Amino acid sequence: MYTQALNTAETADRDLEDAGKATQFQARIDAEERIEPNDWMPAAYRKTLTRQISQHAHSEIVGMLPEGNWITRAPTLRRKAALLAKVQDECGHGLYLYAAAETLGTSREELVDAMLAGKAKYSSIFNYPTLTWADIGTIGWLVDGAAIMNQIPLCRCSYGPYARAMIRVCKEESFHQRQGYEIMVTLCRGSEEQKAMAQDALNRWWWPVLMMFGPPDATSQHSDTSTKWKIKRFSNDELRQKFVDATVPQAQYLGLTIPDPGMTQDADGHWRYSEIDWTEFKQVLAGNGPCNRDRMAARRKAHEEGAWVREAAAAYAAKRAQRQTAQAAE
Amino acid sequence: MATPNTPLWEVFIRSRNGLAHKHVGSLHASDATMALQAARDIYTRRGEGLSIWVVPSSAITASDPAEKGMMFEPAESKIYRHPTFYEVPEEVGHM
Repeated sequence: MYTQALNTAETADRDLEDAGKATQFQARIDAEERIEPNDWMPAAYRKTLTRQISQHAHSEIVGMLPEGNWITRAPTLRRKAALLAKVQDECGHGLYLYAAAETLGTSREELVDAMLAGKAKYSSIFNYPTLTWADIGTIGWLVDGAAIMNQIPLCRCSYGPYARAMIRVCKEESFHQRQGYEIMVTLCRGSEEQKAMAQDALNRWWWPVLMMFGPPDATSQHSDTSTKWKIKRFSNDELRQKFVDATVPQAQYLGLTIPDPGMTQDADGHWRYSEIDWTEFKQVLAGNGPCNRDRMAARRKAHEEGAWVREAAAAYAAKRAQRQTAQAAE
Repeated sequence: MATPNTPLWEVFIRSRNGLAHKHVGSLHASDATMALQAARDIYTRRGEGLSIWVVPSSAITASDPAEKGMMFEPAESKIYRHPTFYEVPEEVGHM
């Protein structure tokens, strides 16, 4: 999902640790206890979560870019206010998540620097362009819909600060999906051109959205330990299937066609989708998606151009602290 | 160049009159005024609060989770501190 690059197992330090502590730790996880920042935890647990939560945070922040692209061009004031509020939420979600990641011992500044240096990943989905207004509807409906599927189980993740951040995020995310679907309903009830625009957006976003859930279970290497540690409660394929089953009737309501001619419904009601093009997924993760370079350039520019604000705030705080110390000494 | 660290603050919000301030999360800000403004933007976008406290995280002294057994033992062994420890005849009704 927002942490797709976590495809390598963390095994290095495990042997060096106290086996007794590790057993106790696993027993706590098995008993559904929450792990808190100052509790003992295996180094690999800490490392996996730092990567996962920070990648999730980076995704929220980079996720502001494709939508921010349409704030000035929203068709009405109502749509504009809603989109602005949604993009603000994404920023808030990024900040909750950075705060949760920091409790594991890495500072936000280090995490952000790693992303700007290209060393940390963010979700593949944000490397696709938003070409028309219908893309904003589709992102809310499908991208946020997929995110909700993934984030609801994370509210029960074994790491307390991450679970608590997810609860806040999920409460707010529902508005995002509904505002997106409302845009789609409006377009689909509009003119021929508007409906065609909605269909075109669905055609372009459908497969990248299915890829958001990450590689198929058969090839996903890190799932075993994440499942054992109850960071992950459902497999990539399970969540993807849940998402497809929930989305097909929504597309039917809109009168839109999912761009998968091979899709069929099982006797048990599940919608079976065709093979996903994983080469495209790997290319996007490797930095070769349609917008990877743009997104990184935009983040670096914003960070560099904001440097003077951080410096000024720090200088002002230092001056005031100095003055207070001087006054106290008098 | 590495980005310099900005101080961390813990945020407490009182949701309604009569309720206590409750910890909601943390944030980074260079001083208290900016911390309050950031807390408003990050934690009260949907009318969650009537009052905000921000406290430098470095000012918090926390108990050690590794010592929680010893720390909370005095309470665990005193079941007579709970109302259910005492028997009141049923005829007396709710007390």
